[in-house]
Amino acid sequence: MPNLYKLMIDGHEVSAEGELTLIQVCEQAGVEIPRFCYHERLSIAGNCRMCLVEVVGAPKPVASCAMQVRDLRPGRDGSPPQVRTSGQLVEKARHGVMEFLLINHPLDCPICDQGGECDLQDQAMAYGIDFSRYIEPKRAVDDLDLGPLVETHMTRCISCTRCVRFTTEVAGITQMGQIGRGEDAEITSYLNSTLDSNLQGNIIDLCPVGALTSKPYAFVARPWELAKTETIDVMDALGSNIRVDTRGRDVMRILPRNHDGINQEWISDKTRFVWDGLACQRLDRPYVRRSRGLEAVDWDTALTAAASAISAGRKLSAIAGDLAPVEAAFALRQLIEANGGVCECRVDGAALARDNRSAYAGTARIEDVDAAKRIVLIGTNPRVEAPVLNARIRLAWLNGAEVGQFGDAEKLTYDCHALGSDIEGLRSYCESLTDESTSGMLVIVGQPALRQNGGDRILALALELARRGAGLLFLHSAAGRVGALDVGFSCDGGIEAALSGANVVFNLGADEIDIPDGPQVIYQGSHGDRGAHRADIILPSAAYTEESAIFVNTEGRPQLARRAAFPPGQARENWAIVRALSGVMNKPLKFDTLAQLRSTVFASVPHLERIDEVPVNELRPLPVRSGRNSPISSGSDSFYLSNAISRSSAVMAEMASLGNAKRQPERMAA
Amino acid sequence: MQRKFHSEQPESFEFSDGNLAWARKQLEKYPDGRQAAAIIPLLWRAQKQEGWLTRPAVEYVADMLGLAHIRAYEVASFYFMFQLRPVGSKAHIQICGTTCCMICGAEDLIDLCRRKISPKPHQVSPCGRFSWEEVECLGACANAPMVQIGSDYYEDLSPDDLSNIVDEFGRGRFPAPGSRRGRYSSEPEGGPTSLAVDNQKRPALAPAVALAMRTTNGGGES
Amino acid sequence: MLSDKDRIFTNLYGFEDCSLAGAHKRGHWDGTAELMARGRNWIIDQVKASGLRGRGGAGFPTGLKWSFMPRKSDGRPHYLVVNADESEPGTCKDREIMRHEPHTLVEGSLLAGFAMGAEVGYIYIRGEFIRERQLLQKAIDEAYDAGLLGDNAASSGWRFDLYLHHGAGAYICGEETALLESLEGKKGMPRMKPPFPAAIGLWGCPTTVNNVESIAVVPTILRRGAEWFAGLGSKNNTGTKIFAISGHVNSPCVVEEEMAIPLRELIDRHCGGVRGGWSNLKAVIPGGASVPLLPRHICDNALMEFTWLSDNGSGLGTAAVIVMDESTDVIKAIWRLSKFYKHESCGQCTPCREGTGWMMRVMDRLVRGEADVAEIDMLHDVSKQVEGHTICALGDAAAWPIQGLIRHFRHEMEERIASCNRQANRMAA
Repeated sequence: MPNLYKLMIDGHEVSAEGELTLIQVCEQAGVEIPRFCYHERLSIAGNCRMCLVEVVGAPKPVASCAMQVRDLRPGRDGSPPQVRTSGQLVEKARHGVMEFLLINHPLDCPICDQGGECDLQDQAMAYGIDFSRYIEPKRAVDDLDLGPLVETHMTRCISCTRCVRFTTEVAGITQMGQIGRGEDAEITSYLNSTLDSNLQGNIIDLCPVGALTSKPYAFVARPWELAKTETIDVMDALGSNIRVDTRGRDVMRILPRNHDGINQEWISDKTRFVWDGLACQRLDRPYVRRSRGLEAVDWDTALTAAASAISAGRKLSAIAGDLAPVEAAFALRQLIEANGGVCECRVDGAALARDNRSAYAGTARIEDVDAAKRIVLIGTNPRVEAPVLNARIRLAWLNGAEVGQFGDAEKLTYDCHALGSDIEGLRSYCESLTDESTSGMLVIVGQPALRQNGGDRILALALELARRGAGLLFLHSAAGRVGALDVGFSCDGGIEAALSGANVVFNLGADEIDIPDGPQVIYQGSHGDRGAHRADIILPSAAYTEESAIFVNTEGRPQLARRAAFPPGQARENWAIVRALSGVMNKPLKFDTLAQLRSTVFASVPHLERIDEVPVNELRPLPVRSGRNSPISSGSDSFYLSNAISRSSAVMAEMASLGNAKRQPERMAA
Repeated sequence: MQRKFHSEQPESFEFSDGNLAWARKQLEKYPDGRQAAAIIPLLWRAQKQEGWLTRPAVEYVADMLGLAHIRAYEVASFYFMFQLRPVGSKAHIQICGTTCCMICGAEDLIDLCRRKISPKPHQVSPCGRFSWEEVECLGACANAPMVQIGSDYYEDLSPDDLSNIVDEFGRGRFPAPGSRRGRYSSEPEGGPTSLAVDNQKRPALAPAVALAMRTTNGGGES
Repeated sequence: MLSDKDRIFTNLYGFEDCSLAGAHKRGHWDGTAELMARGRNWIIDQVKASGLRGRGGAGFPTGLKWSFMPRKSDGRPHYLVVNADESEPGTCKDREIMRHEPHTLVEGSLLAGFAMGAEVGYIYIRGEFIRERQLLQKAIDEAYDAGLLGDNAASSGWRFDLYLHHGAGAYICGEETALLESLEGKKGMPRMKPPFPAAIGLWGCPTTVNNVESIAVVPTILRRGAEWFAGLGSKNNTGTKIFAISGHVNSPCVVEEEMAIPLRELIDRHCGGVRGGWSNLKAVIPGGASVPLLPRHICDNALMEFTWLSDNGSGLGTAAVIVMDESTDVIKAIWRLSKFYKHESCGQCTPCREGTGWMMRVMDRLVRGEADVAEIDMLHDVSKQVEGHTICALGDAAAWPIQGLIRHFRHEMEERIASCNRQANRMAA
């Protein structure tokens, strides 16, 4: 039990832990304190002075963001210390700070993208005055070029340093700083360099004013015109909680939502800026391949063609891509198996054990990273595969955790020492561990490790590490993978067995695989990417922002994605297409609505019903077989173009080519 | 005042052998892992070597201390003794302009520099030899008005005194620093009211002046 | 008047040998080990009993400050940091100690460090004091060579290393936490308190920051006894003090005098009086730029001590006396201080970053009279919005001179505005 201190906030007695700051205690007590620089996930700066409160007996107002409860002195008579968050002293202080912030702030709210969701604007309504006593010339500051994502209007900057603290502390880059001093101090990136982080978009949210805004979203919409939908991201397998803002059918922007267990309140740049890809390269009507190539047809024609292909198939197989929702995978599996086919979602050949949840969803949770004392990365580059998780690992490292790796991941944002480079190294490391040495250990296994030769041995060794006491987290790269495995969308022998000899392949949005020539391919998906090019029949479907669907994230947590907009043209929801197809085949699946489908899913896989809960997986180790040694790879460095939606995004393409251009000279130098 | 890197920069920077040895010695003053502490002394040494603080020098020092370049740039731009643009080759005159000096005639010294060197501060004179700026209190208020040139303070100045000093530098000479009104250091003009010592007994030059004259033309160790 | 035998800094002007040999002759480094043998508590008690208050401006009791350091180390080293970043306009006293009496500071550092359990001390000297730095470094080197620093310093059995570190032109580094930031190699931006340096200071370790003069007087206090020091000056304002008198006196100077000496006596005795006589006096800033100025009628009876000056709306500060005679444009004099604070604001916190520039610009117009009379009140209000709302005391320091000006010379400001208006009307006519 922590030591609790009593204090009075605005006359009400509260008890609080000593290390809490007054702003936190006030928040707990339901008293909102205005602030600009304070952010609970960043270090304390105390520079804006907006959060000043009165501590009775103190000579001057104190910054509530910085004052800890244990530093308060009780009254002379031993009575609890008194904090006042309103009253003349506090009001005067806040009005004063507000006026100072505004004197050099441009009055350009009408043309500022922050308008309507600007902390400064909001606070000015509460504490500002409607005229200016400042008649001197205002300060003007040159803008920066931070790259294609973050637009700058530095004259609006109030020097709260949130962006500097975020990039330094969370993103782990050292490009931003504040140069000069006094009223000429300026936030800048070193020599105006573009930011080298795939978390940079978060500084847009953090900026309390319109100094840092979204470049792709510039002058696109006003916040009050937008419909806001709370949903789930699928750009990586974390399942970051997001809010999708739409106007009509168009997604206008994507913002993070807080989830302490997953993404805290950060999202990667792919998550945030992929939205232009939702409007490009869309499959908005069915197609059937005829002599002249793919021809647009109506749904009846397409479904009939698909039905006859499936019925005629000698060997039928279905594969599910990275973005497949649980419901569609479940429905498709029913349909395929009813027609004697096989299903597989491990299209990249990853050696995940299909019937052993501890061997594909692990035993640990994302938030276990925070308390880990030792983090062991096996064949993964979290900076590329899940930047937000990478930031969390960095935070653990800042708090004293050691990070080591089997693999060759570079440019991580923390010191990561090499534990070994190959499978034999991993085996001997595993054998050297005692129960003691695994306490506080968290093993993170990436997909690159499981895709490679000997991936099954790496999997077995990882489970062996878990058996010896370490926590085990699989870092998936596909948002749909765990859910598909949960609903049994897999077969013995994996992708090779599934495709071998198949003459009809139902491809549910798999764009990261080359289907060999030969089989007839039915492609159901949202974008005209690799899968559609290889297809003979195309069934256009909704993207992740366009249907209600369950996704199970990398730690095995089911979450609900909601529909923020309608699919374009004739595209339909994924589960509904499968259901319609079963009808055309005269073997109708036993549900007519999504709700009915879900109850079937839940009856078959009960843990999926417990949305947002991470089931505890019983650890079932696998035998560690001997085999050929091979080096452990951490995969490639490409982040921006990992799925069909991001490949359709002009912004992502620009970021990718920028990254290549930056890497080129490094390679030349190396 | 905006303090940013000058638009024209040299290609590279390296400490001279002597300065590198000195810099390494500085690091010993601080506990292990705290070598960033040495950044100000090292930047200052780099400025002494080049005459002004160049971007390559800031990056060189940052690399030497294991610091991100932006952190070193923050420091270089925060502290006003760092000259982020070239200064006069013979002398950069820093005139204290804060109240004590101002009410004792610093504005006349500034006017002189405007006329004699360049109309604007930080502007190198056409001959390239001089530049000037007004600086904040240099902490020699009992000897106002005064200027700093290089390592030394020239005190109790009239515009004529300063004019002569600038001329001396122009001739490649090193005028003796200290008071131009015959004071030894900061005692009252005309003789001390306490701690009187027979003039014959005291050294001819006050310690700081003697040190300046001993070390080569105002440079020497720092 | 203080007699020479009661002066601590007997080589204040550098007339005598500044080296270790000279320091020995003047009684420094005499029996240092014996003083230390009497123990840490004894030293702290003596400093407390002497009534010594910090000489850097705030006047906090030095012995009490030392007693805030943890009695025992929890494994972290303790640090003594000497604040030699003398930059307060008007102040030029520490400079004399460092260039002419460096051994008082070196010996004082050893004693203070020992009293606080610090084995390492840093002296942070302002970057502009290059000769002072060289002379002080020479003294430190001499002390090392003579075994007075390092292992078994002065044969006391205590290890003490003393390093000289310098800044590069930032007044704010005179604020103790900004100084620590700067010493750590960062921008000199003040830290929030608590935690105070005695708990978390240099590199997160217990640290005490003292002014040069506060440290340099300690050896003599310990040698001559706390009672001797406490017997000089007045209650709560004990001892001797180095005064720096600048501006419109006949002979400006730096001089060590008894605390609580009447201002007029100080000026008449050591500075040859006010230029043009006492009646020609307009105002005095008695304690460095940060304290409000006093008009002549208050100066008549002013005592140069903490108590009297704070009771009369000003402060002793660093005891830097800036004298302005009737010829002075007092509005401009204060405007120049506003410019100073605007220049020296670190830019970290809002009220100071924005307020110092605002005040300076209004003052700029007030110097010319190009303002509305109502703007005087507005300026006062703005200064009140800065005061007390900033992370460090620079905001207060920027506000007080302006408040002092308005309090005592409002009539002059109004007259300036009126005459500017008259001129404008004539031009228009």
